[in-house]
Amino acid sequence: MKKTLLLALLAALPAAAPLSAETYVIQNATIMTVSKGTLKGSIVVRDGKIVEVGEKVMVPSGAKVIDASNQYVIPGIIDCHSHIAGDGGINEGSVSVSSMVDIKDIINSEDIAIYRALAGGVTTANILHGSANAIGGKTLPLKMRWGKDAQGLIFEGATPGIKFALGENPKRAGNPTGRAINAGAAPARYPATRMGVEDVIREAFVEAKAYKAEWDAWDAKKTGIPPRKDLKLEALKEVLEGKRYVHAHCYRADEILMLLRVADEFGFKIRTLQHVLEGYKVAKEIAAHGAGASTFSDWWSYKMEAFDAIPFNAAIMMKKGVVVSINSDDAEQMRHLNIEAGKAMKYGGVSETEALAMVTLNPAKQLGIDNRVGSIEAGKDADLVIYDKFPLSDYAKVQKVLIDGTVYFDRDNEVSSRPGKQAEKQKLIDKEKQNQQRPQTPPTRRQGQ
Amino acid sequence: MKKLIPALLLCGAFAIAQQHPAIAIRNAKIVTVSGPVIAKGTVVVRNGLIEAVGDNVQAPADALVIDGEGLTVYPGLIDSLSTWGQPGAAPTTTTATAGRGGRGATTTATPAAAQMAAPTQLARGPEDRPQTTSWLKIADEISGADRRIETARSAGFTTAVTFPTRGIFAGQGAVIDLISGEKPGEMVVSSPVGQYISLGRGGFGGGGGGGFPSSLMGYIAYVRQIYLDADHYKLVKEAYAKDPRGMQRPDYDRALEGVLDSPRILLPANRLVEMDRMLRLAAELKQPTILYGGREAFRAQAAELLKKYNTPLLLSMKWPEKARDTDPDEVDSIRTLETRDQAASAPAILAKAGVRWAFYSDGLDQARDLQRAVKKALDAGLSREDALRALTLSPAQIFGVQDRAGSIEKGKIANPVVTRGDIFDDRTKVEAIIVDGRKYEPAAEASPMGGRGAVTEPGNPGGIR
Repeated sequence: MKKTLLLALLAALPAAAPLSAETYVIQNATIMTVSKGTLKGSIVVRDGKIVEVGEKVMVPSGAKVIDASNQYVIPGIIDCHSHIAGDGGINEGSVSVSSMVDIKDIINSEDIAIYRALAGGVTTANILHGSANAIGGKTLPLKMRWGKDAQGLIFEGATPGIKFALGENPKRAGNPTGRAINAGAAPARYPATRMGVEDVIREAFVEAKAYKAEWDAWDAKKTGIPPRKDLKLEALKEVLEGKRYVHAHCYRADEILMLLRVADEFGFKIRTLQHVLEGYKVAKEIAAHGAGASTFSDWWSYKMEAFDAIPFNAAIMMKKGVVVSINSDDAEQMRHLNIEAGKAMKYGGVSETEALAMVTLNPAKQLGIDNRVGSIEAGKDADLVIYDKFPLSDYAKVQKVLIDGTVYFDRDNEVSSRPGKQAEKQKLIDKEKQNQQRPQTPPTRRQGQ
Repeated sequence: MKKLIPALLLCGAFAIAQQHPAIAIRNAKIVTVSGPVIAKGTVVVRNGLIEAVGDNVQAPADALVIDGEGLTVYPGLIDSLSTWGQPGAAPTTTTATAGRGGRGATTTATPAAAQMAAPTQLARGPEDRPQTTSWLKIADEISGADRRIETARSAGFTTAVTFPTRGIFAGQGAVIDLISGEKPGEMVVSSPVGQYISLGRGGFGGGGGGGFPSSLMGYIAYVRQIYLDADHYKLVKEAYAKDPRGMQRPDYDRALEGVLDSPRILLPANRLVEMDRMLRLAAELKQPTILYGGREAFRAQAAELLKKYNTPLLLSMKWPEKARDTDPDEVDSIRTLETRDQAASAPAILAKAGVRWAFYSDGLDQARDLQRAVKKALDAGLSREDALRALTLSPAQIFGVQDRAGSIEKGKIANPVVTRGDIFDDRTKVEAIIVDGRKYEPAAEASPMGGRGAVTEPGNPGGIR
């Protein structure tokens, strides 16, 4: 009886409203810091930051205690490749270079996938443009601050990115299927081959260099009419200036090498290679360029260029000196990246910490945000996930997720608020049905009828 | 006399405008909107203008006198976003905002006016100016022959802000009076009054074959690039005008000319995230902006946002409904259910919050539907005064024509509507409609906003003065 009452009370609470950033002490937990080993102890969180981590900490007065006995705390999971939280399509696929478009313009803070990712321990996700074209749109990392508006999700200060794509996807539009031709739908779009993909990237950067030179010349004098601002080339100028990271969708070893060479030639860096299923074949070259690799644990063979994948890819690249992360590229997979990371232990024999780093510290490094997130250290953002069991296991369930020291997901609240939400929904459904059944105004009489 | 009119109408002499040197409506209740209600007074109309209004005004000797005993005089209603006056035009839609919150049909019918701008080649980027007819002035294209004019007039509408609606930059709207004149130019009250912008939606892209843009972010990028180009274009043009010698002649760009000519822009926003997105975009573009749509304007944050950005909202009168042909087993999200349940409470909330807003017909032109839409808002707490304002003075203010339209004031355009009963009541009858000083007989048994016995079938379009 008492329990029912409590449940009813909890259900009445606004479910989505996150608790504000308070001073918390998470006690008696197994803390997997990723950067400084694993320990049993406490974490003090204040003003959205981690202020102390240790076996024994001073509990500040007024701090809320979260007892995490027999539980585990890890840094918030970072997904280096996601397409959630966007409105109106994530591909501007009409052109081969769509660097004028920006994911930032279409953030949908109401996408339920944000909350589901959060419930899977994800606190930051790199929201990428799709792979329909050689040079895609502008991208950015978001924090999964469910309930905030679009601007409130943006990872402040993070270097924005741009999506590139190689291989089958960008050249597919150059090879319309018979069906499409018969339907009169899609005219072919250059390029139709991998050679063409390379050419598109080269041409774009030749153009971008000329554009940059024009602007640099004007910036030096700042007199007269400035050059025309071109959004497409502006983004590529930023790439040349190192102000925008390139996240390149790729599969095959040959195209990976192609892109690294093109980048070297034009003097910019590939920040991450995405998917990079054949990365194990060219790991040394990837490491030499300084590119990160963000791959799947064991997702492959969904198309020709993804046939030569192996589950050891992540571990091999890591051992060759590449910063490796494991990503989701998918709203469902995003909810269990902890398990995806765990697979690297089985295939490749990496340590617990190394595996966990592939979904925390490593993607943070790849996105240039490791000064803020990715590990549990004093001074970093209090983005923390509490699991009931060993986090790299199938059996582990997320209990609480904090972002900037604010609890954004609480499993107990979530579960107990469900009956209330269901009842509210049913009420609305019933009300609408009732209104529909109400007799309508008699039809309008028409003249001459 | 009263009996005679319907009899005449049945003979086919439908909606013929009558010309008198002056018209006086006396002993009527006058709802001025801009000032207090005059319990019993007289309105004098001459030369298309309101010559006098007040409780102590005499009817001039040469005036046609309408005995207003038991009647109420209102300013004619204004549809703040319309395609009336464009025969064959599709109703306005907020296609960018279709989706989750309810029904959102995308209309692809083509206004005759915009057909000339049909693209012949797929756009390869912003430089090809896709789906753009920004230079198009609808004032040049309107026609009194649109059958909806008479339907709308019989529902109490005398004025519409009519826009070309096809494309991303569809073109420039005009405030028009709903007269059935011989010369369309007579209808125009103000032009141009704004650029209608719509943002389509894209799917996966690539295979769509529709050219640039094919995604929402593409549409937004295009709008942004156009304004960057317009700024630059202006600089170059001005420099060339100042001293053309030795300077390469800038290309004339009609898309940019059209954009630079527009006093304000209209951006679509139905959901809360869309309002936030569009308000930010507008601030970035530094353009005076009006949002249209407003399906989720009932949410508290919506009013806050609109106030913060000091931006008016045109609110669709087409309240979201469950689409009739959906899978009966499919259950909508709680947000969608909530939106359909509460959308009509937006007017009351916006009015209370002090947001500038106005109603627009959004494709509804049957008087009965318009009446039902207003009733839903009244039931959800909107006052009759605020409802009337949202269909008269508010749209006039939003489009900068409050000095000539939107209320019954001396010197303004004479568009009074005379009814027997409150304009939003079910059984009220329209007794007379005066547009630009021309008296139109309402369709037989017409009642404002529909009511019960509204006749909505237009008769002989294009009345004769």
